[in-house]
Amino acid sequence: MSLALPAARRGSAPMRRAPGRRRPIGVKAAAAALGAAVMFWTLLPIYNMLLIALSEDGDEFTGTVWPSHPSFEGFEMIWSGEHWYLRDFWYQFGNSCIIGFATMALTVLIGSLASFAIGRMGLRKAWLIGNASLMTYAVPGSFLAIPFTKLMHIYGLTDSLLAVIASQVAFASPYAILILHQYGKLIPLELDDAARVDGATPVQVFLRIYLPLMAPALAAVATYALLLAWNDYLYQYLLLSSPRSMTVAAGINQFFDSDEAPWSYLMSVAIVFSIPPIVVYYALRHYMVAGLTMGGVKG
Amino acid sequence: MSGTQQVIGLHRPAAIGRIWRPPWQGGPRGSDFSWAVAFLVPYVAVFLAFVLYPIAFGLWLGGKPKSYAELFDNPEYLTTVVNTLLLVGVGVNVKLFLAFLLSGFFILPGRWIKGLLVLYMLPWALPALPAFLSLHWMLIGYGGFLNSALETLFGIDGPIWFNSYGLAMGANILAYIWKWMPFWTLVFLAGRMAIPRDIYEAAAVDGATGLRRFTFVTFPLLANLYLVSTLLSTLWTVGDFTTAYFVSSGAPALMTEVLATYSFRMTFDYGYVDLGLAAALSALPVLIPVTILLIRRLQATEVQL
Repeated sequence: MSLALPAARRGSAPMRRAPGRRRPIGVKAAAAALGAAVMFWTLLPIYNMLLIALSEDGDEFTGTVWPSHPSFEGFEMIWSGEHWYLRDFWYQFGNSCIIGFATMALTVLIGSLASFAIGRMGLRKAWLIGNASLMTYAVPGSFLAIPFTKLMHIYGLTDSLLAVIASQVAFASPYAILILHQYGKLIPLELDDAARVDGATPVQVFLRIYLPLMAPALAAVATYALLLAWNDYLYQYLLLSSPRSMTVAAGINQFFDSDEAPWSYLMSVAIVFSIPPIVVYYALRHYMVAGLTMGGVKG
Repeated sequence: MSGTQQVIGLHRPAAIGRIWRPPWQGGPRGSDFSWAVAFLVPYVAVFLAFVLYPIAFGLWLGGKPKSYAELFDNPEYLTTVVNTLLLVGVGVNVKLFLAFLLSGFFILPGRWIKGLLVLYMLPWALPALPAFLSLHWMLIGYGGFLNSALETLFGIDGPIWFNSYGLAMGANILAYIWKWMPFWTLVFLAGRMAIPRDIYEAAAVDGATGLRRFTFVTFPLLANLYLVSTLLSTLWTVGDFTTAYFVSSGAPALMTEVLATYSFRMTFDYGYVDLGLAAALSALPVLIPVTILLIRRLQATEVQL
């Protein structure tokens, strides 16, 4: 098999039918019905988010199913920061972005270095490191939260974004190494060998051959790491305490300190908070599918 | 299987690399070896400082037999274990099965299907906390969107979802499936796209089309991916915190908690650190074998390649 990376195969869907044969109308109708059902299932909670965000404060749960008087008050409040729940929103949003994008960058960097060393440098017993990394998942993050929090005090990383980033990188890396390692097998080792014969150093092979050819998998891993950090609540809640070092996820939790919080503002916050990962996913989506190959056809 | 793979040339470099090794690959020497080590240092450092040390610390903190005895006597803990098993057993399997089927839908040609896929991935791209809050508010009895919609459209009085154990557990599991099914659909879609077209063409010549193609070609080729996904997803779900914490919040009466939320409540709300740690660590006898199985499955595929 030459360099037939899945990316190159996009568009040549395996479900090709013989030319000239039309899909029967019944199959088309069934596909359309399934598509509609899937969309209904997917979009209902998202519609509910918008519905609450566009309600007037105090009218969130009055039983309307259509925003007849849409109010953008929540979004205006976020912009102006006048409500006290929203005073530090932009700090928190910045912190969420720092954590998310730092996790993304570090996971890609650390994961690609490790997978290159494990898969392509001929190190004996290097697979042991790949296996050990998977042992991370034997103790889920939520179970590790207690010792982790205590340790961060010992490391002197209380109320520090670094502690959260470290936790997210630690959990994202094993999967990143797995995906990168599997994808790397699609790239012939002969390419590395040829470059070495021409006198390239390992660093040059890594930068000039490995990274460019791994682009789809790197994009998949980057998206995965960003979303992991964006989905996290527990570590951000436990490790960050002051209002301006908090993240949006931890900040949202503060709304629950009172029973009469402005829920429509909360949902507006949630919607603004959701934009960065959606944008990143949307930008990288063409690579995602190609890059996620996890040993698909290896029987 | 391996016969087919040889014919279509699926198995490639590893074998070649083993026969013909350039001189510097008899295990790297000198500066190459230093480079390999240098490349590994960042990950190993992260692993030691932020995974291994906290785990060891946790085992040391949570090693008191007394707290386990106390834990196993606690009926709340037993409910929690049952709930976690339900979430993992039902949630993971239903999610992966549906994801597998839907990946077959999303691989169909057609622009509108590509467009649908982008929308379908939204739950995965949405952060968990707001998504689950929305699901929670959708289901609250009075003024929640679902019951309001049922009332307006059909005149039906919906149930008070979080007042019943079954409905609340069901809500958690459905929310979990809603959030994570898109990711696994993408994983299976990647797997399906990696199946070379010649296999299907050869199968079509032999008369395997439609359902038979699925049973005898697609599924056997993806079986290992399916198993690996099940194991990985199990590991990620046993420690799931956000679903139960935000969707049902344990309602009714803390009956729908899972291990992660129970451990959290014991430690941070009640201050029983020992109990919280013991609850978390009590899952290790299940998680470690699953991890080992996962590693072995991945290794097995490596050997075959």
